[in-house]
Amino acid sequence: MEILENLMTGVSIPSKSQFHQAPMLPPPKWVEGDPSLQEITDDVLRPMEGLPGRAWWICFALSAAALTMGLSMIGYLFSKGIGIWGENNSVGWAFDITNFVFWVGIGHAGTLISAILLLFQQKWRTSINRSAEAMTIFAVMCAGLFPAIHVGRPWLAFWLFPYPNQRGPLWVNFRSPLVWDVFAVSTYFTISLVFWYLGMIPDLATIRDRATNGIKKLIFRWVSLGWDGSHRTWSRYEVVSLLLAGLATPLVVSVHSVVSMDFATAVLPGWHSTIFPPYFVAGAIYSGFGMVMTLLIITRNTMNLERYITMRHLEAMSKVLLLTGSIVAYAYLTEFFSAWYNGNIYERYTFFSNRLAGPYAWCFGIMVLCNVLTPQMFWFHRIRGSIPALFVASILVNIGMWFERFVIIVLSLHRTFLPAEWGMFIPTIYDVGILIGSFGLFFTCFLIFIRVLPMIAIWEVKGLVGELRVHDRLVSNLRTLRADQEDGTQEAACA
Amino acid sequence: MPRRFLVACFQEEESLLNAVRTVRGKGLKVYDVFAPYPIHELGVAMGIRKSRLPLATLFGTLSGLLVAIGFQFYANVLDWPMNVGGKPDNSTLAFIPIAFELTILFGGLITVAALLVRTRLFPGKHEHLLADGITDDVFALALRQPDRRAVASALRQSDVWKILEACGAKDIYERESPP
Repeated sequence: MEILENLMTGVSIPSKSQFHQAPMLPPPKWVEGDPSLQEITDDVLRPMEGLPGRAWWICFALSAAALTMGLSMIGYLFSKGIGIWGENNSVGWAFDITNFVFWVGIGHAGTLISAILLLFQQKWRTSINRSAEAMTIFAVMCAGLFPAIHVGRPWLAFWLFPYPNQRGPLWVNFRSPLVWDVFAVSTYFTISLVFWYLGMIPDLATIRDRATNGIKKLIFRWVSLGWDGSHRTWSRYEVVSLLLAGLATPLVVSVHSVVSMDFATAVLPGWHSTIFPPYFVAGAIYSGFGMVMTLLIITRNTMNLERYITMRHLEAMSKVLLLTGSIVAYAYLTEFFSAWYNGNIYERYTFFSNRLAGPYAWCFGIMVLCNVLTPQMFWFHRIRGSIPALFVASILVNIGMWFERFVIIVLSLHRTFLPAEWGMFIPTIYDVGILIGSFGLFFTCFLIFIRVLPMIAIWEVKGLVGELRVHDRLVSNLRTLRADQEDGTQEAACA
Repeated sequence: MPRRFLVACFQEEESLLNAVRTVRGKGLKVYDVFAPYPIHELGVAMGIRKSRLPLATLFGTLSGLLVAIGFQFYANVLDWPMNVGGKPDNSTLAFIPIAFELTILFGGLITVAALLVRTRLFPGKHEHLLADGITDDVFALALRQPDRRAVASALRQSDVWKILEACGAKDIYERESPP
């Protein structure tokens, strides 16, 4: 880079020997085929401008059906109460909170990609950040659904927020992790939504300027806020993106830490553990990346975006899965070690007798298989480069992470201190139906998103391609200069 | 009164950068530059001041922090003290997670609001594009007309056109924009 900077400012031209001593690696190409700026716009917006294909309609029909089923079951739940679920006196939290933690976890990849990778200047985030952020928003929506329908009287769910009321005013208990959760998840949702929208404004303006349909132009004019591409605006915009990334980074880490405190502050063996916050955050990133990978593999193949979502992107994501999956495995080991080392009989019972050999041991087995063994496959280059293997692995990751939350929540609750309190949890059709319904909500939202909004950040990809082009031209200039210099030296030697 | 601009369109970001540097080197003032993506060297080339938007973030985060700590203290200590598990009314440590979340929330929202106010972006605003394709693949440089500095440095209109052409402008024209 120093060589390039020198060349740009014209301070000095490095000698040939210097050039060879420090070979310049070209920046990695995250976009294949060197498309022109106009081609990038066309490629990304094409799926939005044509009619959807058959694959899209099939997926949409399936997700909409799942969503409808979920909604009707929620309607029935409202009329009957949560007794229609499998919860009982022993297991007061089951599928609902499992699903909540599962969806919040999935929501973590979006902001990680858009904020943390922005701070670390990881260029590969550019073609995947938009869809990952959208995924975050939809996942947090699914997550928010479960505590809301679990409160029993969901029409009074607004009591969770401290607002002046006629009951005193009686405030919420600010010492409770459940109230922290309300603030953490709603802040996370708001900031993610703002970040997502802000990042989309220049692309919305691109759509506005291409639109030929009057209504479409009107709508996109309204949402693109009169964006005109001025550099004075761009420079402030970039400052704000960086500021928001700086704010969102600790937020990502805090949200799942707060969620983990719902459990860690209780005295229950299996929950009462100080490693929960980092353990949950790693698990959240792991499951979030799993879901991003599933979605991107489907969309890149069905929407012809292989040029922008390349194998290198998928490989980079599988490395993140390997890292976070290993942290999760380490956390599992730590939990077992602590249970053995602290000598508490309840702790030992929960982990060694119940998790490993209790009636739900098969759930624990699935969890270990999916979360400990699956990511270790990513050590192999061949697996990181195979789409079918990555696709299967990404689905296994999410099956494993759902079971992890089930193991933590249900397996700790169903056999606590007194054997007289023991019980079993058996899910009812409504438990399963509402879980499937939440997947319906998630995929319906995502499928609509890829039809109506640009799923790749056009301006960011253009910036990346522009940067590469400048680099290529500088390198070729450097080569020409070098050749001239060499000719000059030879001539001097001859003379 | 409508404002007049001399607009030069480019196809490459380097030509645009070069043009900005040359024009400023001749003592002219660059009104603005339009591009489909942010070009980092432009800030220095155009002589743009460092943004003061981080101050808005500081204000937002501090107000979020104060509101959160203040409100939790007011609700739990002054307004309705409640004994929950024998914990003290002022359980400051337990107030930290919410204080943290509101710090981020206020900081983020106030920063974005400040950006929108400062750049005058609002829903329904009618865009005034000085060149077609700015949001697609065109880079444009706009100079105010008539430019007092050009008059002062005895640069004629035709000279400015020549300079811009030499920098690789594909299209140069005058355009009016509403006030």
